[in-house]
Amino acid sequence: MARLVVLGGGVAGHTAATFAAKWLGKEHEVVVVTPNSKWNWIPSNIWVGVGQMKKEEVVFELAPVYKKAGVIYKQAKAVSLNPEGKDTSDKPFVTIEYTQEGKVGESEDVEYDYLINATGPKLNFDATPGLGDGSGQMGTNTVSVCTAEHAVHASHELEKCIQKMKDGERQKILVGTGHGTCTCQGAAFEYIFNVEHELKKAGVRDMADIKWISNESFLGDFGMGGLHMKVGGYVVSSKIFAESLYAERNVEWLIGAHTSKVEEGKIEYELLDGTTGEETFDFAMLLPPFSGVGLKAYAKDGSDITESIFAPNGFMKVDANYDAGAYENWKASDWPKTYQSPAYKNIFAAGIAFAPPHLMSKPMQSPNGTPINPTPPRTGMPSGIIGKAVAHTVCDLITQGEGAHLHEASMAEMGAACVASAGKGLFTGTAAAMTVYPVVPDYDKYPGTGRDTKYTFGEVGLAGHWIKHVLHHMFLYKAKLKPGWALIPE
Amino acid sequence: MSIEEENFQKNDNFKLTMLPGAFAKRMRTCVVWQFIRFMVLNIKMLIVVSKSH
Ligand SMILES: Cc1cc2nc3c(=O)[nH]c(=O)nc-3n(C[C@H](O)[C@H](O)[C@H](O)COP(=O)(O)OP(=O)(O)OC[C@H]3O[C@@H](n4cnc5c(N)ncnc54)[C@H](O)[C@@H]3O)c2cc1C
Repeated sequence: MARLVVLGGGVAGHTAATFAAKWLGKEHEVVVVTPNSKWNWIPSNIWVGVGQMKKEEVVFELAPVYKKAGVIYKQAKAVSLNPEGKDTSDKPFVTIEYTQEGKVGESEDVEYDYLINATGPKLNFDATPGLGDGSGQMGTNTVSVCTAEHAVHASHELEKCIQKMKDGERQKILVGTGHGTCTCQGAAFEYIFNVEHELKKAGVRDMADIKWISNESFLGDFGMGGLHMKVGGYVVSSKIFAESLYAERNVEWLIGAHTSKVEEGKIEYELLDGTTGEETFDFAMLLPPFSGVGLKAYAKDGSDITESIFAPNGFMKVDANYDAGAYENWKASDWPKTYQSPAYKNIFAAGIAFAPPHLMSKPMQSPNGTPINPTPPRTGMPSGIIGKAVAHTVCDLITQGEGAHLHEASMAEMGAACVASAGKGLFTGTAAAMTVYPVVPDYDKYPGTGRDTKYTFGEVGLAGHWIKHVLHHMFLYKAKLKPGWALIPE
Repeated sequence: MSIEEENFQKNDNFKLTMLPGAFAKRMRTCVVWQFIRFMVLNIKMLIVVSKSH
């Protein structure tokens, strides 16, 4: 009997664990180690953050689902890996620390034959003074929608802000990125337009100045170097598409900005041209930058080998080309295909946990040397597809032996469907429905745009909102492993 | 006032982009048209999804 241990029960880890359990059956063990008792459909946190959904609608208890799937569930966080075992045994293991009520702080060594690291991002609030509280958590100056709890808090703060406007007090709203190296601009994009939509519904839009601040060098970069899509018979840059939406909704923008400090009601920033400035706010949702969750790794003799498994940003090194060098040398083929650790063949990473070879956007820095560029996004669809491919590989390795084929899921050969909500409402909602193919631009194949414009498109409308709503229910249904779940694509 | 007269005057960034006219805006929430777009978008997305698996 072999044991697969999956670290992280988010989009990638949950997908990997549930498919592995289905494919391996009872003959082998699948263990999930994840610190939360509930699964969260993160994209719908946006709607929780504007009070349009309750937290309970975007989360569910993991324990019964894993029981049904035959997955061993440990509510704990992984702390370190010992891929060579220890002095008394060659069996690799991961050290975990329980977060489950009644067992908090207890630690255990969980042995594995195969390991999938799908621990996602650490929300690195403390990278910007005042964005965090100094102990790794979100500070009190701004709000976030990265977790369901954060989103509930954001909605309460927004409510207070709306009340002030109703009482005749003008409010300044700032939404965007809280650091020069943030990713996930799409989430902030959704939030700013959902807030704008809610203000309109509350009849107070005239009382608000809404401003976008981001590390993108142009609007619509989204950490993907932007994209070109077919709109109205033209092939148009996402810059035009995004700017048009901001202008239409009367949202000002400040781009190429590194938020360097956050205080109550005020941020300081540095721009790509090296100048600095301040922006005041009454309500701000600023995303934190992401890093790896900080797993350590030790050799058999107890020496620290973290650097051989993880990149300096804490993400796990996989089969990517990390030596591509300057932007001019970057190729789509630098991106990983199998997500296998080059150091230990029985370790894989999936979703945000793998270390990308480089950015997708053009690297930029201010004359003062401050990097101001989005890091590459790894959104839900690629994270799910990678999780499934890696699970497939591990199952084949277990059932067919070490020579089994390693399944591939390169982000340079897959597309992504993204639906960015711009306001909720059955007949009044809108969303930007976009597809991009491939996710990582391939300038060898498509020298002008980097992408296949046959499969890269976008449009704003109510239909996008309906799709977003259908996806919300469909992915929660799938994650709960309801009948037919495995037929729903990632 | 039309959206272009109202919003283009607000700042220089706005002035240099494009804005949807009244017809394009109406079509965005026109239920019949959006139902057709819903079907079309789903098919387009399924093609991209199938190319990615
Ligand atoms: C507000 C917001 C909106 C978004 N909207 C969209 C969208 O509309 N469409 C889209 O495609 N993508 C969207 N995304 C991105 C999407 O959520 C991510 O791509 C996806 O969640 C990544 O999956 P993952 O499994 O890598 O990470 P996660 O889903 O974050 O999962 C990581 C898991 O690992 C666990 N973990 C953390 N540390 C440890 C540890 N030490 N040991 C064990 N487990 C650990 C975490 O608790 C979590 O359960 C959004 C993101 C945000 C923040």
